[in-house]
Amino acid sequence: MDLTFYIAAAIAVFSTVMVVTRFNIMHALLYLIVSLLSVAVIFYLYGAPFMAALEIIIYAGAIMVLIIFFVMMLNLGPETARQEKEWLRPGMWLLPALLCAVLLGELVYLIAQSKTPVTGITPVPPKEVGRSLFGPYILAVELSALLLMAGIVGAYHLGRQKKKILHRFFESNAS
Amino acid sequence: MMNIHPTTAGMTLAGILFVLGLISILIRRNLIFMLLSVEIMLNAAGLAFIVASSHWAQPDGQVMFMFILAMAAAEVSVGLALILQLFHQLKTLDSDEASRMRG
Repeated sequence: MDLTFYIAAAIAVFSTVMVVTRFNIMHALLYLIVSLLSVAVIFYLYGAPFMAALEIIIYAGAIMVLIIFFVMMLNLGPETARQEKEWLRPGMWLLPALLCAVLLGELVYLIAQSKTPVTGITPVPPKEVGRSLFGPYILAVELSALLLMAGIVGAYHLGRQKKKILHRFFESNAS
Repeated sequence: MMNIHPTTAGMTLAGILFVLGLISILIRRNLIFMLLSVEIMLNAAGLAFIVASSHWAQPDGQVMFMFILAMAAAEVSVGLALILQLFHQLKTLDSDEASRMRG
């Protein structure tokens, strides 16, 4: 195995341990993004560059941003700004930024190297994946589209702010 | 050390990440942290699929990873909406508070 794999794997394990041991949700999310990026580098090493791009775009991009927006939406208040100031100490974002820089250097090195990623494995090109996805797996694609639709409808239904009225008898007392 | 088979190394890493997520979901009581742990575990499962795909040089593992990705997106959106409702009801993110939920 290459040294690049060991570096990326060490960063992945270390940042996941940091996610597990953090108490602050924002710091945990920062480390989780680093963990996802290192897993994306490992995907690239294993000959799946398209999956590495999807991992970054969907996981680290869309899903993490969704969770960050959600966390920011939950705790509104005057103390949020003070807390934000406290969170943005250099000691907090320096280590994730350093880990990301190591990953970026590794990725640039791998792209500049331009040979088969790891010795001993054969890369599967995205063309094969697309052929397989819309060939034998077409039913599963339809099912996942259905799942995403159910997710949208479920999230809309659950996230709606309902007016809390116990009974119409209490309506005049409450207001 | 340097001549471990790539499949062995990748599967070991996926196992380590999965167990870390499992430990996290067992020891945490904050609902958002539990959701993050589920994300870690799904990611580890995706890594195992990618490693298996490159081991047999077949695209099926990568197809499965795309399905895991779609499922994770749907799961996160519904889970966050549920946590939002729970937070409005209980004013806390402690998962033990939800055990007293009735009706």
